[in-house]
Amino acid sequence: MVIVLLPGVLRGEAEGRSRLEVAATGTLGSVLDEVGQRWPRLARRIRDEQGELRRYVNVYVDGEDCRQLAGLATPVGAGAQVQVLPSIAGG
Amino acid sequence: MPVLLAIGTSKGLFLATSDDRGGWQVSGAQFPMNAIYSVALDTRRPTPRLLAGFASSHWGPTFATSDDLGRSWREPQQPPIAFPADTGASLQAVWQIAPAGADEPEVVYAGTQPSALFRSDDGGVHYELIRPLWDHPHRPEWGEGFGGQAIHTVLPHPDDPGRVLVAMSAGGVYRTEDAGVSWQASNTGIRAPFLPDELPEFGQCVHKVARDPVAPDRLYAQNHHGVYRSDDDGRNWTSIAAGLPSDFGFAMVAHPRRSGTIWNFPLEADISRFPPDRRCRVYRSGDAGSSWEALSQGLPAGDFYPAVLRDAMCADDADPAGVYFGTRSGTVYGSRDEGESWSLIAAHLPDVLCVRAAEV
Repeated sequence: MVIVLLPGVLRGEAEGRSRLEVAATGTLGSVLDEVGQRWPRLARRIRDEQGELRRYVNVYVDGEDCRQLAGLATPVGAGAQVQVLPSIAGG
Repeated sequence: MPVLLAIGTSKGLFLATSDDRGGWQVSGAQFPMNAIYSVALDTRRPTPRLLAGFASSHWGPTFATSDDLGRSWREPQQPPIAFPADTGASLQAVWQIAPAGADEPEVVYAGTQPSALFRSDDGGVHYELIRPLWDHPHRPEWGEGFGGQAIHTVLPHPDDPGRVLVAMSAGGVYRTEDAGVSWQASNTGIRAPFLPDELPEFGQCVHKVARDPVAPDRLYAQNHHGVYRSDDDGRNWTSIAAGLPSDFGFAMVAHPRRSGTIWNFPLEADISRFPPDRRCRVYRSGDAGSSWEALSQGLPAGDFYPAVLRDAMCADDADPAGVYFGTRSGTVYGSRDEGESWSLIAAHLPDVLCVRAAEV
């Protein structure tokens, strides 16, 4: 099982939860695929319809920015923690 | 009958209501921190439906509808508007929502960024890409304006469901007469002063097109320099800029019932996007653009710098028609006498991207 942590602004798309438990492991992409199956509206806040991470969404795997790792191919094992955060972009 | 004015801004949707179009109750922001690129009031239905396309810089674009005048919104779990996987494209924003004619009450079109047209057959809840326009051989050569490449104008023909006109910046006008199976560039007479060939087949930077309510083959276009009219459903265009202080601007609005009455908000030039003489003036023609008059009673008298964007001006469907515009400085003005006099509706909002109004 993998834990997915959500920022406050996205919790409304997951019945108010800040912490999701996801069965999928393997890669970050497979974890987010399961999120997409169970919470489609939440998932499209994180990835576009082609599956790409949105530009100003940051995803950390056990505290490491996935863009500094292997992106959606970043390995995610059982017990890992995936955290979604908005970047500091904006005006 | 109350009028609802929907004000889409760069940071949320505001709703203004009025029983007399003199005093307004303004509420919002809904969808805070989302840019509301498009909103529509679909009054063809027994219960009016609001439709809004909004986009977060972080969480991307999406689309929602409301059947209780904006008190609650529905966004489907599955994406309302999405590009098929094989296109390789992803939705950036919905720039235009256009209910079709009264005889197709469940049909709604959506113009998007990147430039594409989607059609809904369930009242605007779910949409599918109109493939022939996406596959048009011209598409790789379409350019984009500062705001991006988008279909910002969608005009279904009220008398013929097979005919739809779309327009985009740096692409121009395209038309179908066979319900979207084939599309033709339709820019004859529209200049492209920013290109070496000023009269190309396509590539013009059309900013907005409005359709005449009585003679639907008559169209009015505000171009990137140039104001035009077509009397043959967009096949040919002739200038109607004489009488305006400038041929640059974004907005073009047609009267809801009276043929030949249109409004726009000129700006000085593409390299000087301020109102001419720094004065806040709406221009109106009552003769299909043959002549124009400036309207400013009730508008700020001093120096005025803000611009009015392409969808930030509209008319309602009341009698006499109300006219509304919002500025990039977050101020909204309205007229309940077709532009003769104006009053302030809202100030200090985020920059206004679009306004739409109707009796509800």
